[in-house]
Amino acid sequence: MQYQSQSVAKLYFLAAMGLFAGQILFGIILGLQYVMGDFLFPEIPFNVARMVHTNLLIVWLLFGFMGASYYLVPEESGRELYSPKLAVLMFWVFLVAGALTILGYLFVPYSGLAQMTGNGILPTMGREFLEQPTITKLGIVVVALAFLYNVGMTVLTGRKTVVTIVLMTGLVGLAVFFLFSFYNPDNLVKDKYFWWWVVHLWVEGVWELILASILAFVLIKTTGVDREVIEKWLYIIIAMTLITGIIGTGHHYYWIGTPSYWQWWGSIFSALEPIPFFMLTLFAFNTINKRKREHPNKAAVLWAMGTAVMAFLGAGVWGFLHTLSPVNYYTHGSQITAAHGHMAFYGAYVMVVLTIMSYAIPLMRGQQAKSNRMQVMEMWSFWLMTVSMVFITLFLTGAGILQVYLQRYSDAPQAFMVVQEKISLFYWMREAAGLVFLVGVVLFILSFFLPQEEKNMQAQPA
Amino acid sequence: MQEVFTKSMARNIYYGGSMFFVLLFLALTFDTQGALPKLDNSQNLTEQVAAGKRLWEENNCIGCHTLLGEGAYFAPELGNVYKRFGENKDAIKAFIRSRPVEGIPGRRSMPQFNFTEEQLDNIVEFLKYSSEINTNNWPPNIQG
Ligand code: HEC
Ligand code: HEM
Ligand code: HEM
Ligand SMILES: [Fe+2]
Repeated sequence: MQYQSQSVAKLYFLAAMGLFAGQILFGIILGLQYVMGDFLFPEIPFNVARMVHTNLLIVWLLFGFMGASYYLVPEESGRELYSPKLAVLMFWVFLVAGALTILGYLFVPYSGLAQMTGNGILPTMGREFLEQPTITKLGIVVVALAFLYNVGMTVLTGRKTVVTIVLMTGLVGLAVFFLFSFYNPDNLVKDKYFWWWVVHLWVEGVWELILASILAFVLIKTTGVDREVIEKWLYIIIAMTLITGIIGTGHHYYWIGTPSYWQWWGSIFSALEPIPFFMLTLFAFNTINKRKREHPNKAAVLWAMGTAVMAFLGAGVWGFLHTLSPVNYYTHGSQITAAHGHMAFYGAYVMVVLTIMSYAIPLMRGQQAKSNRMQVMEMWSFWLMTVSMVFITLFLTGAGILQVYLQRYSDAPQAFMVVQEKISLFYWMREAAGLVFLVGVVLFILSFFLPQEEKNMQAQPA
Repeated sequence: MQEVFTKSMARNIYYGGSMFFVLLFLALTFDTQGALPKLDNSQNLTEQVAAGKRLWEENNCIGCHTLLGEGAYFAPELGNVYKRFGENKDAIKAFIRSRPVEGIPGRRSMPQFNFTEEQLDNIVEFLKYSSEINTNNWPPNIQG
């Protein structure tokens, strides 16, 4: 760590870890409700647990992105953060707003929350991933603006690198597309059309810029490979992302009342969306193969490689699986979607945030890397989480194939609830894999907080 | 080899390519908005339907169900439930009204929302409106 102010990132990473654990705990609850329908009913109905699970995911990933930015932007810009105080203030605003919202979900019936927060004035609630009360959404906008101002001023008054420019573009895009969450027309088709401008243009658009720039930063630091080469890769990856991903939005416009030409636009362009993910994999492996130094933080390098591979598998391979419209006609809104959603989110965004945490937290504590023992523990957490996520994905894919066949494809289609009963074995296995995932999360967190025992690997400077 | 493809070429592809596809996407969006009235059943978008959509949202039905294939995968698709229930509005109302407060032992359960008669009418009108959107024949069959 070269600048004092980078250390505000520590707060953000800490919150991210805590919320991550909470997210997974609620995932386990959901998984159990899938097979024991009355578990925790009516205290925590499925929809409530699901909101907590997905919203915690989004919030902790945002904490992770902000932490990553606060860490890497000063270092790249060659100056202190514009305002560390503002960064600390916004941390607390975001944490309190997030916590109140989650507590609201858990302790107030959702319709009551809508009344209390005046959803009638500007109705934005009750849509998947965008369940937050309107005032929470406004709070998110305020935090995002203050954050963008803070890192933006740092970038503008410092050295501008391709990494920071790409990162800033991604972050500004994230904020801009979030504004579509305030557009909620009575016309269901229009509502859905622009809902995807938040969801799809985030994960298959601007977030990929954030992903690529964070990964590039960690690779530059851990391999010592020439910036010129890395920057060229970065540009070409994000070029392919936007060239394929923007029109690729069409893969969500097949069956929601939009014109049928989207089946062509969506199928063709989204079929190309795996390309940038594949290039990301090549990029990471190439860079690591050409490394000019052995960085003592082996765990961080492992996470970086893992991100590149799992993002390609989850987004690229599992996305391609159901993206062509003749396939999607059968798989739309099935367990296949859930399988892909899990592996893609984990492989791309969860893993990149864990990568930067793994790299940066030891440095913020004045070490190059954690002790060997703790790195071994962290690598265990890597394998436990990653392998169990592969199994979660495979089990859900199995469930999905059977569901699609029994409910939608066979000559005598059966009712949804009947089919769910028949495929419950897969849900039990998913639950078991989920428990292993939880162990991985616990080990990850412990590897940062258990006493390090051995002497520190090396002292500063980085 | 390295020099054939330079960083500035990569940068230009990025700026040029993304600009072009943003514009194309906006053009397609514009065209879609123009084509929607023939597809989106907006002629039947009454006050009641709008009120039903609000109730749909403020009770987070999407947290268990899919609607036109989007949402959660825990409970049946509702985009075509009006048709699955034989276009019988009263049957849908009766189903929603009769959910036991404590759930059904061992079975995935739907909450008792204590809707008024008027609210139930609004929700059912919303579900009817949704079922008449032109979805290119999705879902493949009545089971959703
Ligand atoms: C906590 C999850 C949950 C929520 C929230 C929920 N439902 Fe349900 N719903 C279910 C389940 C589970 C079933 C299947 C019940 C069964 O078959 O026993 C169901 C069934 C239905 C059905 C019958 C579908 C069929 O094909 O049999 C309708 C209609 C329905 N729900 C409407 C709604 C509406 C409207 C809302 C919002 C006001 C809503 N549900 C909210 C879980 C939920
Ligand atoms: C990291 C990047 C990605 C993430 C995080 C991601 C995540 C998701 C999630 C969560 C959903 C479910 C949305 C919902 O709730 O309705 C979804 C749907 C979908 N994704 Fe992705 N995705 C990514 C990349 C891709 C790519 C590259 C492709 C195509 C090659 C793709 C194809 C699809 C399709 C076709 C659907 C719709 C499924 C349906 O019809 O039900 N995704 N994605
Ligand atoms: C880092 C790990 C995880 C990530 C990134 C993640 C992400 C997600 C996402 C994006 C959704 C929405 C899916 C969609 O709309 O397609 C979701 C839903 C869900 N998740 Fe997870 N999840 C994780 C871990 C888990 C675990 C460990 C379990 C259970 C063992 C679990 C169980 C569920 C369930 C049951 C749903 C609801 C599916 C439905 O709508 O029917 N998740 N999760
Ligand atoms: Fe998408």
